[in-house]
Amino acid sequence: MLEISAAAALGLLLLSLTAAFLGGRGAGPIYALAILPCLVAGGAGLGVLGGAPVGALTLPLGLPWIGAHLRLDSLSAFFLVLIGLGGAAASLYAVGYGRHEEDPARVVPFYPGFLGAMMVVVLADDAFTFLVAWEVMSLLSWALVMAHHRAIEVRAAGYLYLVMAAMGTMALILAFGLLAGTSGDYSFAAIRAAHHSVAASVAIAALVLIGAGSKAGLAPFHLWLPRAHSVAPSHVSALMSGVMTKVAIYAFLRVTFGLIDPLPWWTSPALILIGAGTAVLGIVNANVASETKRILAYSTIENVGVIFTAIGLAQAFAADGLHMAAALALSAALFHAFNHMAFKSLLFMGAGAVLNATGRRDLDGLGGLIHRMPVTAFLMLVGVMAISALPPLNGFASEWMVFQSVLASPALTQLGLQIIVPAAAGLLALAAALAAAAFVRFYGLGFLGRPRSAAAGEAREVDRFMLAAMALLAALCALAGLMPALVLDRLAPVTQALVGGHLPQQLAQPWLTLVPVSAARGSYNPLLVFVFIALAASAAAWVVHRLGTRATRRGPAWDCGFPETSPLTQYGAGSFAQPLRQVLGGTLLAVREEVDMPPPGDARPARHRVIQHDLIWERAYLPVADAVQRVATSANRLQFLSIRRYLALVLASLVSLLVVLSLWG
Amino acid sequence: MGMIEGFGIQGLQMLLVVALAPGLTGLVRRIKARLMRRRGASILQPYRDIARLMRKEVVLAENASWLFRAAPYLIFAATWVAAALVPTFATGLQFSWTADLIALVALLGSARFFLALAALDVGTGFGGLGASREMMFASMAEPAMLLTVFVIALVAGSTQLSTVVQAFSGPTVGLRVSLGMAAIALIIVAIAENGRIPVDNPSTHLELTMVHEAMVLEYSGRHLAMIELAAALKLLLYVSLIACLFAPWGIAREGDGPAALAFGALAYVGKLAVGGSALAAFEISVAKMRIFRVPSFLGFALMLGLLGTLLLFVSRTL
Repeated sequence: MLEISAAAALGLLLLSLTAAFLGGRGAGPIYALAILPCLVAGGAGLGVLGGAPVGALTLPLGLPWIGAHLRLDSLSAFFLVLIGLGGAAASLYAVGYGRHEEDPARVVPFYPGFLGAMMVVVLADDAFTFLVAWEVMSLLSWALVMAHHRAIEVRAAGYLYLVMAAMGTMALILAFGLLAGTSGDYSFAAIRAAHHSVAASVAIAALVLIGAGSKAGLAPFHLWLPRAHSVAPSHVSALMSGVMTKVAIYAFLRVTFGLIDPLPWWTSPALILIGAGTAVLGIVNANVASETKRILAYSTIENVGVIFTAIGLAQAFAADGLHMAAALALSAALFHAFNHMAFKSLLFMGAGAVLNATGRRDLDGLGGLIHRMPVTAFLMLVGVMAISALPPLNGFASEWMVFQSVLASPALTQLGLQIIVPAAAGLLALAAALAAAAFVRFYGLGFLGRPRSAAAGEAREVDRFMLAAMALLAALCALAGLMPALVLDRLAPVTQALVGGHLPQQLAQPWLTLVPVSAARGSYNPLLVFVFIALAASAAAWVVHRLGTRATRRGPAWDCGFPETSPLTQYGAGSFAQPLRQVLGGTLLAVREEVDMPPPGDARPARHRVIQHDLIWERAYLPVADAVQRVATSANRLQFLSIRRYLALVLASLVSLLVVLSLWG
Repeated sequence: MGMIEGFGIQGLQMLLVVALAPGLTGLVRRIKARLMRRRGASILQPYRDIARLMRKEVVLAENASWLFRAAPYLIFAATWVAAALVPTFATGLQFSWTADLIALVALLGSARFFLALAALDVGTGFGGLGASREMMFASMAEPAMLLTVFVIALVAGSTQLSTVVQAFSGPTVGLRVSLGMAAIALIIVAIAENGRIPVDNPSTHLELTMVHEAMVLEYSGRHLAMIELAAALKLLLYVSLIACLFAPWGIAREGDGPAALAFGALAYVGKLAVGGSALAAFEISVAKMRIFRVPSFLGFALMLGLLGTLLLFVSRTL
């Protein structure tokens, strides 16, 4: 299985080279060719999850005395399935979407390589291969973000992304440096065998949290994400949000649950709080953002927060020896990662379809698309229902499992956790409710109502490839929602390997009910809920039509007797957000509203202005950027020295290094 | 309990809730009117309203989409399934294991989701106004309700409503601080979710103060009938939920005979009457609050829920 998936990754990298050679021609066939390796790799991953043996391989690549180690175990396999499914859907979508790309030479050559690099990250079994693949993944995704580099916001987003990616990789390099210790053996097998002190383990975990967390969008390292994810071409946005954030989660799981000794319990409250805080911060921002893709990117931050909260719970349970509960929390995290891949890719593709059809991504320029783009609108409805955690779709199934693992946590004995976990539960509940609000706004303003711009009024349905990709993901959302057992049972080998326990086999439960611990503790049967709702709705419709009347007449909207023809009288992005902005924005966003009301007799229009701040950007990022700027300006003098002084500098640094070395020894 | 009997009780319960729901709404209106020294309409008036609406022609706005037409049935179905999961006169319902308390909250969330979308569908100012305010309330009320659910689940050791009710009607639970907090939080959530005074006024005719009514302004005929019935069902659901959790007396247990079932049904109707009267008395004694006061009202419920959960995490006996 490993050989097959390595070959798939290699094939994608070669496809990238071919595309570079073709220089943007033949985009369609290249995207179509990228589907196959994705499916192959996903299939190989499924094979390992289904019981195929763990493979290991050493290739004579990379550093001569090390070689490139690859390994496909259950954890890698699960994430390989994620990459395969997300990658295949995105490639299928791109066959249609890529045709409208204005400058394909800036997108096509980087795309297959990006997919291949993500696969190598999860297959890597030594630090060198891992870091090289990680860096290739970062750089190629950066190049893809920069595809439309003429817009100033794209360049700004790309720059910020590059800085954050560099910082993340640096943290990872330091982490692996600590992992390898003084022995200097960078293969994961040697790292696993080595013993790490508690202090070293905690430092490593913190560094990986920064390195992987910044890629996944964990606060406070999340600021690049909504900027970069929203300006990339839409199939790339889908991959970055749906898949690359999961690769980052893989990196965190790989190091903290495999490479180092189990962490002490007191690290988990921090992780739980960071996760839950990230979730609320992300979704509050999604509620006030006004561009479709930016809303989706902020919601990615929320979902990553939920996943990290569940990972934190799993870590706490594992530290206390509660293996069943740890397996429940970890299954919830992985299941949510899977679900998020499905619905977030779907939603980004839908936003891309809307962008393609109307050229707009601001909610204030959309509306009424349910009439113009019926299929996209229906598929997007599935997506927003899934992400808003409505039963019986998949988002609710994983959210339900997260809540069930919260309910198992009074078994934890430490007071710190007993105080943190209920607080985190409250934050998660808040985030779930806010997500529904954000997506009512997203869908209601984007697809319902009357068109707010001429472009939205003349939109045309997108082509078959894009619709097929979205339909596949929507079907995946429905399938994983109605039969979560199909996914959960595949997770058993992963949780067994990571926390030493697994859920009872779900497919064996009567009526395909989801029973995480025992039927008395709580169970949920999405299939029956769906059947009941369908039956109740059709019974109601039947009775009403039978006993009442079917008579229907179309007329102008009632609107309390004064229907207004201008579509601008509808609620817009700003007005819909106003109540929540007023309630939550005061502290989180420092929102201020200014009304400029002209005095009586003055004919100029009244104006309403909303001023909101990103406090993290202003209080944490800008001071650092200013400091770097100051240091750089003062160091600039070094550029204009004479040769004598340069030689003196070289000598001085040599001497000081020698002094340090002599003191060290 | 036999399979047939289980199905029978489940079916009976589903029909019972639909049959009783408009009556409860009528009762609340009637008592409110009496307390305000008006005569008031008959308790049966909501039944007549729904029957009349069902026979009337639907006038659809010109740009209403299929979502607008499907939403009333979906809203009704989600609310009905949720209401069927709450033990009214008997526990151990045949399908009580399909969805637990968390799923029940989510089912009500689905109904609200579709109602808010339907409000935005025609593209009128009032629809947007209602939807945005409703979602703002919900973003406070839903977490408060979930935290209440956590309190209940932690005390009972289960999120399964039938199991919870059996545990609560037994002698082991007793009086607890956390449950008291949960009860108050749940009542606040119930008032907000059903759009009752002081959060929203169900009989308002002033559009700018509307929340729920603003969302359904464009509905008419059978669609409006479905929405009205769903609203009545939701009120019944919350009253039944509070009754079965905090006053589980008289509920027939699994395997009880017909006499116990009949007594359970009688007790249930009594509880509904008490709950409806209490709601009416409360509604006439307070004034509606300003819209931006509501979040602090709901925030109080949220804090109570959080405090209750925290207490249970720290000590299992509180």
